[in-house]
Parts: sequence; C-alpha cells; structure tokens
Amino acid sequence: MEVDPFIFRLGIFVLSIFVGYYVVWSVTPSLHTPLMSVTNAISSVIIVGAIIAASSLTSHTDFYLSNILGYAALVLAAINIFGGFLVTQRMLQMYKKKKKEKIK
Amino acid sequence: MTTNLAASLYLVSGILFILALRGLSSPETSRRGNLFGILGMALAITVTFLFVDILFSGLLFIICALAIGGSIGSIIAYRVSMTAMPQLIAGFHSFVGLAAVLVALSAFYNPEAFELGTLNNIKTASLIEMSIGASIGAITFTGSVIAFLKLQGLMSGTPITFKGQHFINLLIGIGIISLIIYVTINQSNHIFWILIIISFLIGVLLIIPIGGADMPVVISMLNSYSGWAAAGIGFTLENTALIITGALVGSSGAILSYIMCKGMNRSFFNVILGGFGGTDLTLQKNKSRKPVKSGNAEDAAFLMKNASSVIIVPGYGMAVAQAQHAVREMADSLKKNGVKISYAVHPVAGRMPGHMNVLLAEANVPYDEVFEQENINSDFANTDVAFVIGANDVTNPVAKTDSQSPIYGMPILDVEKAKSVLFVKRSLSPGYAGIDNELFYRENTLMLFSDAKKMTEDIVKNLV
Repeated sequence: MEVDPFIFRLGIFVLSIFVGYYVVWSVTPSLHTPLMSVTNAISSVIIVGAIIAASSLTSHTDFYLSNILGYAALVLAAINIFGGFLVTQRMLQMYKKKKKEKIK
Repeated sequence: MTTNLAASLYLVSGILFILALRGLSSPETSRRGNLFGILGMALAITVTFLFVDILFSGLLFIICALAIGGSIGSIIAYRVSMTAMPQLIAGFHSFVGLAAVLVALSAFYNPEAFELGTLNNIKTASLIEMSIGASIGAITFTGSVIAFLKLQGLMSGTPITFKGQHFINLLIGIGIISLIIYVTINQSNHIFWILIIISFLIGVLLIIPIGGADMPVVISMLNSYSGWAAAGIGFTLENTALIITGALVGSSGAILSYIMCKGMNRSFFNVILGGFGGTDLTLQKNKSRKPVKSGNAEDAAFLMKNASSVIIVPGYGMAVAQAQHAVREMADSLKKNGVKISYAVHPVAGRMPGHMNVLLAEANVPYDEVFEQENINSDFANTDVAFVIGANDVTNPVAKTDSQSPIYGMPILDVEKAKSVLFVKRSLSPGYAGIDNELFYRENTLMLFSDAKKMTEDIVKNLV
C-alpha cells in the first residue's frame, strides 16, 4: 500500500522540530533578541499562501473576497519580512561594530 | 514549473532557514546567517511566482502590495529604538497571526486555488489543518496585540484577573475544539467565522492576567504560537518551506519560554495562569524602620575609581531611563583609570529574551565584556564594586534564604558577595515581585536615589 503524502509532511514537520530544538539550544543567549526577530521574519514565509490567494481567479462569486483577504495577508507578511530581516541586520551590525573597536 | 521542482526548491528554502538560525550561535557567523534567511525567503517567493498562473494585472497588484508592505516594514525597522524592541516583536507576531487567519479564510472561500477540493467540498484533512492554523493564528494575533499594548504602556502592566477566569478560559478552549470538529464535519462558513472570533477572544483573555515583568515568557510563547500557526497553514498548502519554518519557530519560541521560566524558577503554567506580583503592604510598613545608607554621585565615583574591578548589573530600569549610553561612558572612564569592567546579565532582565544584550550592544559595549549569569556569578566574591542599575528582584538574596518568599529558588546574581554594592534606584519601592530587597539595608550597600540616566551622567562628571 502506498503511504499517504500527509505522512511524509508529518515526518518533515517532526524532524524539523528536532532540528529546531538542537539549533536553538546552540544559539548564544546574547543573541536571543535577534533570534526572535529572525524567526519572526522567516515565519512570514506564509506569504507563499498569500500570493496564491491573491493571484487566484475562479468563476465563483466568492473569488473577490478570497483575493482581498490574500492581498491583506500579503501586505502584513511583507511588513514582517522586510521589517524582521532589516531589524535583525541592524541589531547584528551593532555586535560587529564593537568587535572592530575592540581590535583597534 | 512542475510541482516536484517547486516542492524541491521549497525544501531548499527551508534548509536556508535552518542555516539562518544556526548562524546565530555566535556573533561572528550571525550576519551570514541572516543572509541565508533572506536568500531562503527570496527563493520561496520567486518559486511561488513561477509556480502559480498569474495574470499580468494580478502580478502588478501583488508587486504593489509587496512594495507597500516592504516600505512600511523597512521604515519601522530603521526607526525603531532598541528599547522598543519588545513591543516591535510583539507587533510583528500579531501580523504573522493575522496573516495566518487571512490565508486560512481565503483558502476556505476559494479552495480550488489551493487545490484543496471545491467550495463546500474541501478535503477533511485540509479542513482540520486550516481550522487549527486559523485558530492558533487568531490567538497569536489578539494575544500579541495585548502584549504590544502592555509593553508600549498603552495598557497597564498590572495583571487583570477576575473570578472564574480560568474556568471561562477552559470553557472557551473546549468550545474551540468542538467548533474545529464541527467545521470539519459541516464546512459551515458561519461556524468558521465563529471559531476565529472566539479564538480572538481567548487570545485576549490568556494575556491580560499576565503581569508586565512576565512579558519575556509571553513574547516567547507568542513567538512559538506564530510558528505553530504557520505550520498549520503549511500543512494546508502542502508547502514544505512553511512546515519546516513553522516547526523551527515553534520549537524556538518554546525553548525561549522554557529558559525564561527557568530564570524565574517558575513553572510555565504558573506564569500563564497569571496574577503574579503586586505589593505586600506588611513589608512596606516594616521598611521605614530599617536604616539605609544613601550616597551621591561623588561617593559612587570615588568608590569605583579606587576599585580594581567593577561588575555592572543592568535591568529593565536602565532600559526605561535610556541609560545604556551613559553606562558605557562611565565604564570607559573607569577603564581609563585601570578598573576592570564586566557586565552581568540575568536571563530575565528586561522585557524579552536577550533585551539587555541588545541595549548594551547599541551603546557599543563589547560583547565579550557581557556575561551570562552562570559565567559571572562566581566573580562577584572577588569584585570590589557591584553597580546595580535598574535591576532589583534578580539580585535579592531572599531567593536563597527565605522559603516563604514568592521568588524563593529563583537563580539570582550574587551581587551581595561584592565588597560594596551601589544601587541606583529612584526609591526603596519593591520590585515586580512586590517584595522588599534586603540588600538595600546591608552594611556594604550604598543607595543612589535618582533617575538611572541622570545619576550615571553625574558619576561620569565626577570621574573626570
């Protein structure tokens, strides 16, 4: 019997939780704030769903609503992606600047 | 683009996200990590554009939406002050939550676009996944909004509790599960909306009883929720990148919550059930009788100038007073006098995990002078002066001695072992836990009653 693709996805999900567990424990505590902002940025990969929702056209009368919802999600996710990565970059930059001063 | 190719590329983007988190294991590799994250995101978005059939006009609209969101996000990221980071993160979490709700709703109304079946005839598995995703997303949204309001000071940080609160929450929780089952069986869009609305409600109810200083746990928890919501939607969309990311973020938030709870020696449930903190009146009465030594900037400058080592213990008060730059100036002039400076950061200092480290980094404090509790605690005994600025409960020796105390067992910074302790504080008022700090009345403690920033600046003047 063939295995349901759902089981594969579940497998990826469970293994990713384990990967996340080990990777996050190795994050240095002084970078916990950038960790939060970067996880926030990457979880906005939900934008993939927003793009599908915004771009889809069907003959249903409800299509309009689903597209608007998609556009709204798209804007929110875009705020997060740009805001999240840039603010992370800004914070990490500060950790770099000091290092340079130290060498001097 | 074929489905298989798209799925493989989404997998690559998931791996890039893992590398992004991996990079944060040290400040040197962290910027490369962030770059991996950006690459992963760009890849996921590009693949989606190539995969879906978009009309040209649709593409233009989408790019406009991206540009609008992108500009808002960039402006926020450049303008925000480091002190305001906790509320920014809370605000961002609310967006992830709301986006999850919107995508789930959109999929519910237009399942064909997502290949989930037809309207009112959606696959059962997809219905379960999207209702769970939407519900967690909704809880994340309103919970984060409340957290944002509390952190921004637009709402009081004191816990809001009422009788039967936990019972009501329990009922709503059971209600949500029943509604998810109902939606799965009947696919009613009214019920789907009701599910989302009561999830919004429980998000509010869950966060209002939690006090201001427990915010590190709340933010981490909401971080975790936003991950699980994304994973739920990932299952609906059958998208590997989203599933991997959701799992990563979910476990990351959970670990951070665990670290924060451990830093306070409280169980996760104890924090979530809320109502902690407040002032104990009996203690306030006793206080006035005990003698306190207080000094001024001149005394403090004299003490520290003649010390061979000083450990600075920053807390939330330093963030509120924006005193981090003044603290660094003070440290610089002390270093010129040959004093060895280090910083001791307690895990729950501030309003989010790592908050103090970012503030000190902003003020150009070298990160190798900043130590975590377990690495510096043994140094206090060999230190001449401990300079406590804006911290309180995390230094209270009562946590080690008095088993009746609400903070008993909390790992504290052994500030009392230093030869002398300087305490910058506006008054003798107790900290968040509502208990008196016996350190204030010790022989070797000198209280510096003032605003943290003003006092530090005055000390700097006296050091020259």
